[in-house]
Amino acid sequence: MKYLDEYRDPQLAKSLLDALQRRSLPKTPIRLMEICGTHTVAIFRCGLRQLLPPGIQLISGPGCPVCVTAGEDIDRAIWLARQPGVIVATFGDLLRVPGSHSSLHQERGAGADVRIVYGTLDALHMARENPHHEVVFLGIGFETTAPTVAAAVRQAAIEKLDNFSVFSAHKLLPPAMNALLESEDLSLDGFICPGHVSTVIGAQAYRHVATRHKMPCVITGFEPLDLLQGITMLIDQLAKGRAEVAVQYTRAVNREGNPAARKLMDEIFTATDATWRGLGEIPASGLRLQPQWHNYDASVRFAMPHIQVKEHPGCRCGEVLRGVLTPPGCALFGKVCTPQHPLGPCMVSSEGTCGAYYRYRQ
Amino acid sequence: MVGHLRNVHLTEFKGYDGGVQFRRRKTGVNADNLSVQLDHGSGGRATHELVEQVFARAFNNRFLREMNDSALVDIRGGHVAMTTDSYVVDPVIFPGGDIGSLAVHGTINDLCMRGARPMYLTVGFILEEGLLFETLLHIVESMATAAREANVLIVAGDTKVVPKGKADKIFINTAGIGIVPDGINVTGHNARPGDAVLINGTIGDHGMAILCKREGLAFENEILSDSSSLNGLIRELLEACPHIGVLRDPTRGGVATALNEIARQSHVGIRLYEESLPIRDDVAGACELLGLDPLYVANEGKVLVCLPQAAEQEALEVMRRHPLGRAACRIGEVVADEPGRVFMQTHIGGLRLVDMLRGEQLPRIC
Ligand code: SF4
Repeated sequence: MKYLDEYRDPQLAKSLLDALQRRSLPKTPIRLMEICGTHTVAIFRCGLRQLLPPGIQLISGPGCPVCVTAGEDIDRAIWLARQPGVIVATFGDLLRVPGSHSSLHQERGAGADVRIVYGTLDALHMARENPHHEVVFLGIGFETTAPTVAAAVRQAAIEKLDNFSVFSAHKLLPPAMNALLESEDLSLDGFICPGHVSTVIGAQAYRHVATRHKMPCVITGFEPLDLLQGITMLIDQLAKGRAEVAVQYTRAVNREGNPAARKLMDEIFTATDATWRGLGEIPASGLRLQPQWHNYDASVRFAMPHIQVKEHPGCRCGEVLRGVLTPPGCALFGKVCTPQHPLGPCMVSSEGTCGAYYRYRQ
Repeated sequence: MVGHLRNVHLTEFKGYDGGVQFRRRKTGVNADNLSVQLDHGSGGRATHELVEQVFARAFNNRFLREMNDSALVDIRGGHVAMTTDSYVVDPVIFPGGDIGSLAVHGTINDLCMRGARPMYLTVGFILEEGLLFETLLHIVESMATAAREANVLIVAGDTKVVPKGKADKIFINTAGIGIVPDGINVTGHNARPGDAVLINGTIGDHGMAILCKREGLAFENEILSDSSSLNGLIRELLEACPHIGVLRDPTRGGVATALNEIARQSHVGIRLYEESLPIRDDVAGACELLGLDPLYVANEGKVLVCLPQAAEQEALEVMRRHPLGRAACRIGEVVADEPGRVFMQTHIGGLRLVDMLRGEQLPRIC
């Protein structure tokens, strides 16, 4: 595990930072968006923002799966938890996300069976152990999570587990990047593309973003030196007037990604229009189970009512997720809204931008 | 078991002449004889056997032998420090220790953190029906050894047995008292700007030992818990540097949470240096894999020390001479600005807030 130190070397970091400081940058700051919440946290944890020259700004994007989950999906998850005989299995981050009137955490306090799992296989195990309960796994995540959920569905089918289903609110990142670029109030100069998601979808997945929107893309790792190198590569492209997909995170990502994982996804899921918090409905940006797997589709198994969503009127997560507002610009930030009393998902999630601003205040 | 749910059964073992060998029946496989039953908490014969053959024998000392309702102990000089803590760690036996040794170490260390010399402990057991005697014996033996090594006596105890499913194997509470020698004034309020912040070794070992065991993560060398009694080390430290202001054991919530507490209590800021944090490679790797920050991972044999810079060298030398302080080092300093907060200078020179642990990062870690 020694290898991590290589990517944290203070000397190398300093020389990369010095090189960035020496560059002649345009008068209006270059705006680079880190799409992924893991990057946001990594950037805050190493204190990178304050070390960059003022001419380079990092903007946090919509890459926290919990944060972009639409209010109605949160409410549906809560509705599921209230159904008798249902065990809701979920990743922990979702627990405290406020829905219209409650949260999974509150429901659990009121007696609902909501259990935290660390992986989809835990949920399968739960279904085997509780044959008289319906186990519903909340499928929240991007292209990294979806293959593991697909594997669980396939496994459930092999075992003929008939008390396991998935509530699929999975989302796909490249369509959201396109949607962001089409929005009028946001101007960007480049994307720091997610490392983990790209291990699955590969560099080719961003071709459209780079060519059609003339937007430089660099797939970047999560260590301080990865980030510095990724940013340097973006500045290089901009200086040369190019817009292509480059890979900094070569130790994990190639052009094709992981075909086996994608095949698994394609076998179980199909793309569908999806509503993102802050970004609205984006065509073909979500995943639902294909009809032949409807036995494992919670939205088919349960007749869910239509839900009228009520969000906190002051919460500006939507703008934060689109990168047009930084959290301190929200009047509630740090005063009314804190990790103990979160009003929006961006404050709850460990990868949320408001949470990162609050936890690592710099 | 159903229809027979007496929830709580009182058993006290205030003393018994030890020496009775606990024997497991060699002939016939009678599962009842291999595990704790509700009867063992009934206060009757089975209880007596359990007390005699297991507890009294292992913790044998003159106070316990008196067999009275409470133990009378001698305490002279200085202030008396008292503390109590309950232990629910899962799994009960883990690499580098078990719930028994942990229950002794943890309470001893809590006493030490006020500069006290631990003297006497009490122990309360909550046993789940069906707990294997083999496990119980292992745990009790290890408590006895831990107490002996730390030179403290277990002078009173209590056992309750609850029906299967009402507890998880075994929970232990220990309380302890110790004496604070005159002239020693150690409290979380005593950190002063300019003080150095030291630690006696690597961080995150206990939490990661538990977690790796739970998650089935294997490394080249097993990660061992650092669970140990710090009274020897602290005694030497306080003798050499009586002006130490703060001692704090970074248990649940880890180094980050303990330093935040000190910063708040003393109204000072604390500045950490990421590059000087001592972290074992395998612990760092496991944290990376599980998405944890070692700063928030529990320790059970570590102490954070705040003391005037003038005494820093001496303190480091004393600690490094002790087996539990070989890797002692300075990890930061107390500053006047940003009172109540901890900041860390990162590897690449950035500065970031190190907040308290929120929520529960790892349940049942101690
Ligand atoms: S600070 Fe809270 S209320 Fe404001 S946008 Fe963020 S999550 Fe919403």
